[in-house]
Amino acid sequence: MALLRCQGLRKVFAGHVVLDQLDLTVAEHQVVALIGASGSGKSTLLRCVNLLEELDDGTIELDGEEISDPRVDPDRVRRRIGMVFQSYNLFPHLSVLENITLAPRRVHRRARAEAEAQARDLLDRVGLGAKADAYPDRLSGGQQQRVAIVRALANNPRLLLLDEVTSALDPELVGEVLTMIRDLKAEGMTMVLATHEMSFARDVADQVCFLDGGRVVETGPPEQVLGSPTQPRTRQFLARIIEAGRL
Amino acid sequence: MTVPPRTISPTAWTPSPAQRERAAYRRRQTVLSVLTAAVSTAAVGTLLVFAVTGAPGWQRVRESFLDPRIARDALPEVLTGLWLNVRLLVCCAAGALLLGLLIAVLRTLRGPVFFPVRALAAGYTYTFRGLPLIIVLYLLTLGVPGLRLQGMPPVLVLGGLALVLTYGGYLAEVFRAGIESVHPSQLAAARSLGLTYRQTMRHVVLPQAVRRVAPPLLNDVVALQKDVGLVSLAGPIDAVRAAQIATAESFNYTPYIVAGVLFVLLAIPLIAVTDQVTLRAARRQSGG
Repeated sequence: MALLRCQGLRKVFAGHVVLDQLDLTVAEHQVVALIGASGSGKSTLLRCVNLLEELDDGTIELDGEEISDPRVDPDRVRRRIGMVFQSYNLFPHLSVLENITLAPRRVHRRARAEAEAQARDLLDRVGLGAKADAYPDRLSGGQQQRVAIVRALANNPRLLLLDEVTSALDPELVGEVLTMIRDLKAEGMTMVLATHEMSFARDVADQVCFLDGGRVVETGPPEQVLGSPTQPRTRQFLARIIEAGRL
Repeated sequence: MTVPPRTISPTAWTPSPAQRERAAYRRRQTVLSVLTAAVSTAAVGTLLVFAVTGAPGWQRVRESFLDPRIARDALPEVLTGLWLNVRLLVCCAAGALLLGLLIAVLRTLRGPVFFPVRALAAGYTYTFRGLPLIIVLYLLTLGVPGLRLQGMPPVLVLGGLALVLTYGGYLAEVFRAGIESVHPSQLAAARSLGLTYRQTMRHVVLPQAVRRVAPPLLNDVVALQKDVGLVSLAGPIDAVRAAQIATAESFNYTPYIVAGVLFVLLAIPLIAVTDQVTLRAARRQSGG
């Protein structure tokens, strides 16, 4: 059964059509990689799914419920969807542990001790147990991004949205974040990730979607979309990526 | 996912001749700068002392402004007045900070439902930042009691209210600047975790905003410290008014100097705290 179903999404920013009749279906436990040039609509799609942007048309269903209905409480929807940003967006005035336990405590009303135990457990699993009481500005980019992923996971989301989570990282730090995402896939987490890391998309994704001009131009298994694309625009994009040495 | 420990240890270091030469040069420069500063300060200080004490009217000024006997006599009354200033300052600062924060948050509310609230809050900051404090004081301490309503609070409370209203307007704008300085990505992160607008404000935006604007807020409190004395226009006797009365009794201005010195002494701790907070904020911003 489809966990997420987007149909005919349209989003316009100041006369510029960013999403144009976009369809996307994600099954449970599936990992979908969104690829495409900057401005192709990857981030906007993720932000629309998380209701951070208001749609101009189309519908989004999560678990069979239409969440794009304005009568639906967006806060209740966002509790079920985790989101990780390119620039980490950790709260600088809170320690790592407080960053992670904020939503469990305030949104899910869990007891402090319980929320902290869960957070410490998650941190231990990604090798950041020693950083629980540190503040974000004391962590490397890779560590901050891993904390951001843990923060999203602490809500026990049904779906995890990852918006170019390695784009701001030094090359040597990309690996630790990708390893973590690979582990999440092994645990069965459903994920939609916008990425520029083609080899990672090939490795971890069940389905790759190539976005151009706000539409899904080509979609399918990674070996097909990345290996033998049928659409000329996909080929063009991949040729540029290969030229830049990124595949 | 563990990072292997660093195996390269730094090599033993002895400064090179070039580095030793540079260090020696910097030391010489420092000594020279300190000497220059000391000599010029001493010269300017001496000149000032001579210019003032050598002035033709110095004797008279010293007698009418710096009479130790009159200072001693006026001190108790001025101190009593100052105690009123301190109490008023504490209450008015707390009140103005709370009011300012409330108005700033109201002004950030989005959506057509909140238009009247936003408009009212904006109108308030425009009005009370434009209105001279003295006029607000007169309106509240003379005008409002003139209504002869039941249960009218004492004039001191009305005066304090005038101060809270005026300073609340300034502080609201400082708070608003702080709120707007928090990057939208912080809001997006908070909302994506399922926090409501109110929870986002309370746990994510306001803590960062208040930390950032703490120095200008405290600066306004220092200014308020001097302005609380204006309630004496409506009757209550503060330090400056007490000094004025003492001056009228002795035909000597020394009580004003006494009050002035006490005000500065009172401000020093607050200003020191402000500087400390500013310094800490600057360090945080440079990445600590």
